[in-house]
Amino acid sequence: MVNTQPCVSGSTIPLLPHEEYERRQRRAQSSHPELWCVLDAVKDPEIPVISIWELGVLQNIEREGETVVVTITPTYSGCPAMDVIREEIATALTTAGYGQHRVLTQLSPAWSSTWMDDDARARLQAYGIAAPVAGDVRSDPACPHCGSVEVRSISEFGSTACKALFQCLDCREPFDYFKSF
Amino acid sequence: MDNDLTQATADYAVRLGDDALILGHRLSEWCSRGPFMEEDLALTNVALDYIGRARMFLGYAAQLRGGECTEDTLAYQRDCREFTNLLINELPRGDFAFTMVRQYLLDEHSLLFLDQLGRSSDSELAAIAGKAIKESRYHQRRSREWMLRLGDGTEESQRRLQNALDDLWGYTPELFLMDELETALYELGIAVDRAALQAPWQAAVHSVFSETAVTVPSGGWEVVGGRTGYHTEHLGHLLSDLQFVQRAYPGCQW
Repeated sequence: MVNTQPCVSGSTIPLLPHEEYERRQRRAQSSHPELWCVLDAVKDPEIPVISIWELGVLQNIEREGETVVVTITPTYSGCPAMDVIREEIATALTTAGYGQHRVLTQLSPAWSSTWMDDDARARLQAYGIAAPVAGDVRSDPACPHCGSVEVRSISEFGSTACKALFQCLDCREPFDYFKSF
Repeated sequence: MDNDLTQATADYAVRLGDDALILGHRLSEWCSRGPFMEEDLALTNVALDYIGRARMFLGYAAQLRGGECTEDTLAYQRDCREFTNLLINELPRGDFAFTMVRQYLLDEHSLLFLDQLGRSSDSELAAIAGKAIKESRYHQRRSREWMLRLGDGTEESQRRLQNALDDLWGYTPELFLMDELETALYELGIAVDRAALQAPWQAAVHSVFSETAVTVPSGGWEVVGGRTGYHTEHLGHLLSDLQFVQRAYPGCQW
């Protein structure tokens, strides 16, 4: 579960961003673990292999009496998927028998692609989208199809706000890159 | 917060929201008219970021103003004189060079401005800035690249870039203008000191254009007025498009 990024060469000190550590603690210590499981079924509408928990959009779930209060954070400020996500959270909770709920949006801490764990990154790759390269925003991703690092940027912006468009110079396939953000 | 301060902060958020809304609309006009497919996507993606930014600022302003005010009434039910965006944001999109020069000049400004706003004592404004600056870094990376490509390209691209820069230059002093409202909010740690951004902005802009064949104008003229609702003739036409549905069918929802 813990995202380990190499920091000093050869070492494997886990470097989880502080706000992501806190987010995972909120889930681990929640007194309503079943609610988090319900929302694991809500996927990113544009990338149906990643749940909103794995994406880092789902920030918290609390109960106020009978009401379930869900807090989410947007990936990009104008992302149209947020409205769909809000609706799908409502549907998932209602279907699971939680009729009263509220979805809050919080902006801070600002969402970061570094919150995604290794599992989710691997599924992103298998789906054909290159996972965000940690660290330097200028580093190029490897081709998710053949693994080649010989790639070229076609456009800084792709089919959705969170992606850029690349092409592999070896297998020649174009591919989406989930931007490091 | 006392009521005067709440309303002043709301007015400030409306200004920032208007800037984002009007520029976002200008960028969205490129949809399906970009010079090529990838650039069409880029322009509309940036437009989307600005519309999102507008919603955050206007939504916050509406929350502070209370009553019937919403982000939608602010966007769709005000006329020209009530809009407080900076003039440079409302100028027609022009040719691709004009759109990209404006974007570049504003991106450099946004990086400096949002960095400061991120330290605002108003936690909501700071949170919006923290979100928006990440997007502006991507915008600036692309717009800067275009300055180098167009400025280093053909005779025609250089000419268009130079014309755009000359036509836009007189609208840039307004980016650094402080007035009573912003000065008062700056003294309380809420607003950004715009005047202090001018020198680092000039340095960034000169450094990029010095790598190209175009010359940065030396000033000589300036137009201001957006913050007090005195706009160019272009804003009215823009609003007639942006607000069309609400004007034709007031209160319409779908």
